Amino acid sequence: MACILTFVEQRDGTVRKGSLEALSHARRLAATAGWDVCAVLVGSGVTGKAAELGNYGASTVYVVDEERFGRYSAEGYAAAVRAAVERCQPEAVFLSATAMGRDLSGRLAARLLVGCVPDVTELRLEGGALVAVRPVYSGKALATVEGGAAKPLVVSLRPNVFPAETFGGTAQVEALPAIPADIRAVVKEIVSTGGGELDVAEADIIVSGGRGLKGPENFALLKELADALGAAVGASRAAVDAGWIDHAHQVGQTGKVVSPSLYIACGISGAIQHLAGMSSSKIIVAINKDPEAPIFKVADYGIVGDLFQVVPALTEEIKKLKA
Amino acid sequence: MNICVLTAHVPDTASVIKVGAAGNRIDESGIKWIISPYDEYAMEEALKLKESRGGSVTYITYGPARAEAGLRECLARGGDAAVHVKGGEATFGDALAVARVLAAAVRKVGTFDLIFAGVKGVGSDHALVGAMVAELLDMPHVAGVTKLEIGDGGLVAHREIEGGAEVVTAPLPCCITAQKGLNEPRYPSLKGIMAAKRVPIQSFTVADLGLDEAALAGPEAGSRWRALALPPAKSGGTIIPGEEDPAGAARQLAALLREQAKAI
Repeated sequence: MACILTFVEQRDGTVRKGSLEALSHARRLAATAGWDVCAVLVGSGVTGKAAELGNYGASTVYVVDEERFGRYSAEGYAAAVRAAVERCQPEAVFLSATAMGRDLSGRLAARLLVGCVPDVTELRLEGGALVAVRPVYSGKALATVEGGAAKPLVVSLRPNVFPAETFGGTAQVEALPAIPADIRAVVKEIVSTGGGELDVAEADIIVSGGRGLKGPENFALLKELADALGAAVGASRAAVDAGWIDHAHQVGQTGKVVSPSLYIACGISGAIQHLAGMSSSKIIVAINKDPEAPIFKVADYGIVGDLFQVVPALTEEIKKLKA
Repeated sequence: MNICVLTAHVPDTASVIKVGAAGNRIDESGIKWIISPYDEYAMEEALKLKESRGGSVTYITYGPARAEAGLRECLARGGDAAVHVKGGEATFGDALAVARVLAAAVRKVGTFDLIFAGVKGVGSDHALVGAMVAELLDMPHVAGVTKLEIGDGGLVAHREIEGGAEVVTAPLPCCITAQKGLNEPRYPSLKGIMAAKRVPIQSFTVADLGLDEAALAGPEAGSRWRALALPPAKSGGTIIPGEEDPAGAARQLAALLREQAKAI
């Protein structure tokens, strides 16, 4: 039977939410075409996590559980996913468009000599063929993309766009035999830069600051609002280039392109490069003292005022609502 | 140390994007073309390594005639040679086809200890080509690198991931894609711009590399852009004046976000 294979990403045994979103979407598409849904889980000591993926739509989970796959490597994981591809001959391989998923997708597609469509925000089946929509030119345009003749098509799905869904059920677990892989690029260590902070690329709510913050110390105001909302802190290029906050927080054309359900821009004028990175957010809020700032043109809600007064007041209001 | 830098010539990031007549490409009228911003970090790292360790820097691009101007801009910053693979209109948007052409060009031009590229080409925004070229050339890669140290026969690279970085070791040859933060790119000097004009640019067709561009864009295509559209325009939002009563404006906004937008 035709199937969709989803690569399920885990770090330290925790399955990433984006992978469950991709798996759920595979199940939704497969259901319309009468296809099967498979998953592949790669890591060390991860076999115990496999069966529960059935709840998110997988009927079979292929497991590559080896010590040398304990940390991600593009070469090793591409070999492991290829083994699963050979086993189930899928129409498509889905991944979440995370740092790992995007990296692996390129290596895998080149190994299989198949097409790769990264970071898609819409994905449907038309007459048995996948059709994807992905933001290009940093979100200034949307490309409708179709795959070539060679199968499987490798597709990475943007996190936070496709809902994760539970279907009930347990997956059949099949261990794949030892994978021959020549791993040359080896992850020796993972260093945390943000003290376990939520990453903007994965956050459902983002509170972002720009030049209007006037200095690095004032990001503390945004952090308080972000904490009240359970949000990640983002930044414009101006704030990053001024050295106020690390580039990992940058939203926009030379930073991350994000699609949260709520984006609150504080003291960000809205340069075209910044708008490109966040304009696909579901709800946009702008707080800026300049009523002519371009950010208000894309905002669903806005306050024209001094962010140093408005942001703390908003934090208090949110705390009251959440109390 | 022989280094190759793969570069892309892309619309200026400040460009207003419009859909062209073909319906699946942008309207190129009025577009100013630049070296893809991430390629500048790739180039800077290559030039720094050449300065400290000797060797050569070769730029390779795959694109239409206008891409030659991009190579001149690269050479103005330094470097020894430039290769222009002409074409790319038909295969645009297909990372696999682009990677196959670039990998073939690298093979044709020489052997390299390091291949650099930007983490992504601004525009098609794939962030795939570096890893694909590495795979096609059977070498390791590290993508999204913010810190790089080269030792004898190997390297240590920091690669940006969610909330941190992976510290990766790899032997040479290796492909590195550069992320913002890797270095501070230099500006071309007037002397460099003049000198760049005298460097001959080697030019190839895709057929010279033993590939068939029509097949790459047709039966062998990995993917193709069927259509291009502009995102739906936002309608007018609710803007609250907050100069007089910031606390009241904040209260009104919080209520709207909860009750109307259902966002919190």
